[in-house]
Amino acid sequence: MEAIGDLMSGFAVVLSWQNFVYMVIGIVLGVIIGVLPGLGGANGVAILLPLTFSMPPTSAIILLSCIYWGALFGGAITSILFNIPGEPWSVATTFDGHPMAQKGQAGEALTAAFTSSFVGALFAVIVITLAAPLVASFALQFGPAEKFSVFFLAFCSFVGMGKEPPTKTIAAMMLGFALAAVGTDTVTGQLRLTFGSTELLSGFDFLVAVIGLFGIGEILLTMEEGLSFKGKAARINAAVVWQTWKELPRYWMTSLRSCLIGCWMGITPAGATPASFMSYGIAKRASRRGDKFGTGEIEGVVAPETAAHAAGTSALLPMLSLGVPGSPTAAVLLGGLLIWGLQPGPLLFVEQKEFVWGLIASMYLGNIVGLIVVLTMVPFFAAILRVPFGIIAPIILVICAIGAYTVHNNTFDIIMMLVFGVAGYFLKKCNYPLAPLVLAIVLGDKAEESFRQSLLISQGGLGIFFSNGLVSTIMALGLVALFWPVLSNLYGRLLTPARPT
Amino acid sequence: MSDSPDGQSSGPRQHLVEVGVAAFMVLLGIIAIIGSLRVGTGWGAEGPKSGFFPFWIGLIVVGTSLYNMVRAYTHGSRKLFASWMQIAQVLKVVLPLTIYVGVIPWIGIYLASALLIAGFMRWIGRYGWLLTLAISIGLPVVTYFTFEMWFLVPLPKGPIEDMLGL
Repeated sequence: MEAIGDLMSGFAVVLSWQNFVYMVIGIVLGVIIGVLPGLGGANGVAILLPLTFSMPPTSAIILLSCIYWGALFGGAITSILFNIPGEPWSVATTFDGHPMAQKGQAGEALTAAFTSSFVGALFAVIVITLAAPLVASFALQFGPAEKFSVFFLAFCSFVGMGKEPPTKTIAAMMLGFALAAVGTDTVTGQLRLTFGSTELLSGFDFLVAVIGLFGIGEILLTMEEGLSFKGKAARINAAVVWQTWKELPRYWMTSLRSCLIGCWMGITPAGATPASFMSYGIAKRASRRGDKFGTGEIEGVVAPETAAHAAGTSALLPMLSLGVPGSPTAAVLLGGLLIWGLQPGPLLFVEQKEFVWGLIASMYLGNIVGLIVVLTMVPFFAAILRVPFGIIAPIILVICAIGAYTVHNNTFDIIMMLVFGVAGYFLKKCNYPLAPLVLAIVLGDKAEESFRQSLLISQGGLGIFFSNGLVSTIMALGLVALFWPVLSNLYGRLLTPARPT
Repeated sequence: MSDSPDGQSSGPRQHLVEVGVAAFMVLLGIIAIIGSLRVGTGWGAEGPKSGFFPFWIGLIVVGTSLYNMVRAYTHGSRKLFASWMQIAQVLKVVLPLTIYVGVIPWIGIYLASALLIAGFMRWIGRYGWLLTLAISIGLPVVTYFTFEMWFLVPLPKGPIEDMLGL
């Protein structure tokens, strides 16, 4: 198979000592980012992105994607030891992970979590290796209408699959599109929505938005809750790891199911968070010990962790092959590609073979390195969490400010970071989803471009979006996803005959 | 900080804050519509004009936000959004951060960061002077070497750096 050969040459690219060092640094930084409140995968990558401008793109993406894997691993540590999900997708891990730690089985819980994460990620990488080149070669034939339909489907999925009220998801998403429109119109070069401000000439930068919304917003939320870390001690030794590994194959069915859920949710951009909840919920219903879930069942750790990592990893599939990222962090990575002068999308597989396969190879290696790093360094990471919030908070604020400044070397961006931070606090508290907002800021220009090009071809008729089988199918799927909340509601009413209440 | 029950159990209600957030989004939507109308929303020589896309986007923002606003008012949760004490906690970050952001162009990011960390640790964390000084001076120094020396990324500087000749 061609993919295997390409993958091998990818390994050859990655296996230089320099890239290996970046990989380890990335994983360690990523776990620290995942462990600390206010620094997550998305804004951790956003803050470090400007520092990679001078690096070769392949090394840069290895460093940044390893930060992403690290952050995915890190979330589990805080969930299990401290009952504080460091990342939204590790909320479901607290349900059984923390009770296990309270029972003195922290080592087992962590080993199960890390191993499951690894299995989920590995499954997703294999899916990417096999499917991404096919999807990309298929997508090479896409015209503007097909491109727009893919964006349409991606954004509609948020409405249908998010747990937030649909109208709030749409409002947040459209706000993102509006922010993306500010500045120079990419099609005609005309200025718009700047209202005479010179600072807005280049529009709102999504990196600044990510740092503000996810970083500052998160700090404000943590501050409001008044944090007091009460952690459980963790000791992982070879015996515990070995014992847990002997036990884990018993849950192969849960693992496989969680991998599939995760990949599905990651490719359609619903993301890691709903994937972990869904997987936990289904495992609870399917398991013979389902009634014991919540009291410290190892299966209750396996299910959400596997799904979260499968989703987090497979989110890169549409980013690489279609140019549509499946998660906020994938969106930031996509922004990085644009900055390094690479055009994300199907052509990447043709024109930048070395880069793409280097990245995919680094996913395999990065996750193996990640598993070893987290298993051996847990006490170190747990110690970081014990640093009081009064010290950590101002340091994170300073790091966010520096990150926002370095995007364009502009102090105005630090002001925007603060504005986005306060906005993020209110939006989060009022149950507006932030992921579609960020994705809309990143993809706004491209979605608009494909939309306007389509209309130009059809001379203004919307019929072009239903002009052939392919584009009609994707648009129809999008419409189903968009109206899913209404449809499922109707379906539910049809099934249960009206009862007098 | 007082422990009076007032501070803990009273505060703005969730539904009113949601109405406020939705109203603000309506305002942003209207701004997008006005801006789009200025550059033209119709069909031009090169297809749809620049304002075409943001115009419709703005309309959807206004439409959904109006719905959210009414919905929040009629069906929204009457629970507390946050107690006044929690809001005070949040303001303890927002206010220093606002001052920090405001003074960076004048005194540079290094001095401003040192002051922010020192202030935060001293008055909110209530740490001793020694630890406070160590971290508030240490972090900017580490930052200086990492960014200016290693990555060659210049950060905003002020009169202090000029005096030191950095």
